[in-house]
Amino acid sequence: MSKLDLNRREMPKQSPEIRKSNFNEVAFGYTKELAVAEASRCLQCKKPRCVEGCPVDINIPGFIKCIVNSEFTGAIRVIKEKNCLPAVCGRVCPQEEQCESKCVLLKQGAPIAIGRLERFAAEMEVAREKFELPEKNPPTGKKVAVIGSGPAGITVAGDLIMLGHEVTIFEALHAAGGVLTYGIPEFRLPKKVVNREMEYIQRLGVKLITNFVVGKTRSLQTLLKQYDAVFVGTGAGLPWFMNIAGENYNGCYSANEFLTRMNLMKGYQFPNSFTPIIRHKKIAIIGGGNVAMDCARTALRLGAKESYIVYRRSEAELPARLEEYENAVEEGVIFHFLTLPVKLTADQSGWVKEMECLKMKLGEPDASGRRRPIPIDNSNFTMPIDGYVVAIGNSPNPLIPSTTPELEVSKKGTIVADLETGKTSMDRVWAGGDIVTGAATVILAMGAGKKAARSMHEYLMKN
Amino acid sequence: MFEVIQKEMIVPNLHLLTIKAPEVASQIEPGQFVIVRSHQDAERIPLSVADWDREQGTVTMIFMVVGKSTARLARLNNGDNIPTLVGPLGKPTVIENFGTVMCIGGCYGIGSIYPVIRKLKEKGNEIITVVEARSSYLLYWLDKLGKLSKKIKIITRDGSFGIKGHINCLTEIMEKEKITPDRIIVNGCTYLLSKSSADLRSLNVPIVVSLNPIMIDGTGMCGVCRVTVDGNTKFACVDGPDFDGRLVDWTELFQRRKQYMNEEAQLVHSSGCGGGHE
Ligand SMILES: Cc1cc2nc3c(=O)[nH]c(=O)nc-3n(C[C@H](O)[C@H](O)[C@H](O)COP(=O)(O)OP(=O)(O)OC[C@H]3O[C@@H](n4cnc5c(N)ncnc54)[C@H](O)[C@@H]3O)c2cc1C
Ligand SMILES: Cc1cc2nc3c(=O)[nH]c(=O)nc-3n(C[C@H](O)[C@H](O)[C@H](O)COP(=O)(O)OP(=O)(O)OC[C@H]3O[C@@H](n4cnc5c(N)ncnc54)[C@H](O)[C@@H]3O)c2cc1C
Ligand code: SF4
Ligand code: FES
Repeated sequence: MSKLDLNRREMPKQSPEIRKSNFNEVAFGYTKELAVAEASRCLQCKKPRCVEGCPVDINIPGFIKCIVNSEFTGAIRVIKEKNCLPAVCGRVCPQEEQCESKCVLLKQGAPIAIGRLERFAAEMEVAREKFELPEKNPPTGKKVAVIGSGPAGITVAGDLIMLGHEVTIFEALHAAGGVLTYGIPEFRLPKKVVNREMEYIQRLGVKLITNFVVGKTRSLQTLLKQYDAVFVGTGAGLPWFMNIAGENYNGCYSANEFLTRMNLMKGYQFPNSFTPIIRHKKIAIIGGGNVAMDCARTALRLGAKESYIVYRRSEAELPARLEEYENAVEEGVIFHFLTLPVKLTADQSGWVKEMECLKMKLGEPDASGRRRPIPIDNSNFTMPIDGYVVAIGNSPNPLIPSTTPELEVSKKGTIVADLETGKTSMDRVWAGGDIVTGAATVILAMGAGKKAARSMHEYLMKN
Repeated sequence: MFEVIQKEMIVPNLHLLTIKAPEVASQIEPGQFVIVRSHQDAERIPLSVADWDREQGTVTMIFMVVGKSTARLARLNNGDNIPTLVGPLGKPTVIENFGTVMCIGGCYGIGSIYPVIRKLKEKGNEIITVVEARSSYLLYWLDKLGKLSKKIKIITRDGSFGIKGHINCLTEIMEKEKITPDRIIVNGCTYLLSKSSADLRSLNVPIVVSLNPIMIDGTGMCGVCRVTVDGNTKFACVDGPDFDGRLVDWTELFQRRKQYMNEEAQLVHSSGCGGGHE
């Protein structure tokens, strides 16, 4: 066999200087030549380790082989056997922890860029004018309600419509897509990608009803009278705050608010859109995950002079996708590791002006396996800021559990569901995604959706 | 899409809006609100519900034009369609047989307190209604309210109708009329809510105020609507909008409501000079 090609092909992207002042997607994506070259590095392992790392078991060497042979239609077909949202996952999955972390070429420091190839395959499909609609199973006459239009809900709806059931999605907001629409910024996941997926499942026949809050507009119990089965995919939408003094001052937000103003309400076009957004000069984002990176980079694009990430652990523990961390560094986000905010102060009219912090050090590993941050005595210092965003996580949205006493929930507020089937404590009700796991990832939400769809189908065909 | 059944200016700057929304109409209770968007690119604005017709499947709101979004709402015509009307949001006002309830309404709150009074009456309460406005030409629905109330007191700042004065003459009126309510419910602008709470707290009865902080989603997802009540942060859209006015941190609420004043001014300006939208 020929010598290993260890040149992992970079994906062309906008230069940091330019992209930090626009909202266009950072990455341009592979060209055909780059994609074929990258794909050709794959060893086509007999026992592909990469697949073990994929939460939905995509036949990775299979689709890569198609790309090697320039059979791009074949590539997307292979991916879509397992993953109905490749254009999304190719962009936002933490591949370095999943498939790419298992690739045998990791040892040589050059795992195959599986995510980039997935993104490429999805874009090639869009570039083709004709979009083939697959053939559906004959109608079963069964009706399914899906609550929430995030990745979990989209997956369930897409799978069940193909199996011949009638599917209606109920979405609380005026636009579908869940976090993909209101949370993840345009420069990372263009909304046209999400809209395309929503259009696709609607063309398959899924009915989408927006502006409909289950538990308020109609109860889950009533839905059960009208539908044969119900899937709850309402996500983890309840923002956490730090609960430190001063968090309700003006200029302080949850990440959800900051990002919703930007994405769902198109704040970046203000004043050519109608929902206002404030252009902060020095803004501190608390947290170290994807959400924090998204907020910090959004703030830069809105013109912030300094955008800080304030994280209580060190660089090694950052939970964000590696690529997003690197992008943030390139764009000039300033990182304050081992730092914990303890108090905010405001000016006379109630606008935040200063953040007091403590320095931290790392102790023994905690339950999560990461080293526990410990405050260092008398290490207090202050940072002048005019904006403050909390991006430390979300709890499940309590709306449905609180109006549905029959539904068993955990102490953390997540809906209790069987991890293999998504079945809940309530008859004919399934659940999956962040509402069951707590805030996690797109691919895990989709994986949960797949399992639930299978179990729902089994039930529907038996009853 | 949701059809505009009726749009009418009922008094200067206050508009009545009736929208076809059968699902919402079938569920709504007094004290709840809806979120509307007038156009595809519009802000989401919360409005309390002033009436509904479950059979016709309609809900009615009364709103005041204060900025860009309410101005766009005001330009709707009968038969137009709006892209969003979502609800019912928030918790309904708690209504039991309390005894004597004093209901205070000003501005759009004259409308939104109407269904509250209607249900209070059904539960056998005696209702004393107080309506406040700058001038007589800003008063509406007095007949509807009067019919359900044991007494109705009207205060106008210029004295053109009822008692000449301001909401701060409430205590005086109550003493003179020997009104001793078991509960007080206030709907209207933040000033009216806070002033009533301050002036009436010595009565030692619950003062239920319907708060109106800035909101976006109205489902507990963004946290912009947070208010401090009894030292704890609450999300007005899901924990409220009703709270006991004696426990609300009013200074914070007033400040938070001003957060986007500069930006909103930009909008009014950009539309004024012809560079705007529509
Ligand atoms: C800013 C941000 C960045 C992220 N970045 C990444 C990333 O790079 N990679 C990654 O893998 N993951 C990322 N995540 C996490 C990922 O987006 C989520 O794990 C995933 O979206 C969960 O999907 P879901 O379908 O369970 O719920 P969601 O996407 O949260 O969708 C739930 C939907 O249900 C609706 N809903 C809620 N209650 C009701 C109700 N009562 N009635 C009707 N509808 C209701 C909501 O409005 C929402 O649209 C990110 C999350 C955020 C917030
Ligand atoms: C739960 C709830 C229920 C509400 N119910 C009603 C209702 O039934 N009828 C109604 O008219 N309004 C109601 N409001 C207030 C209404 O939502 C706002 O007036 C509206 O969002 C303003 O949008 P705008 O773009 O027109 O004004 P903006 O451009 O957002 O505001 C313009 C200026 O007016 C000020 N302002 C904003 N709101 C008010 C107000 N209510 N009174 C005085 N000044 C204000 C702002 O501080 C700003 O300076 C309610 C609010 C909440 C949270
Ligand atoms: S482990 Fe790496 S080299 Fe082997 S099949 Fe998967 S992507 Fe190709
Ligand atoms: S309006 Fe967003 S949480 Fe209340």
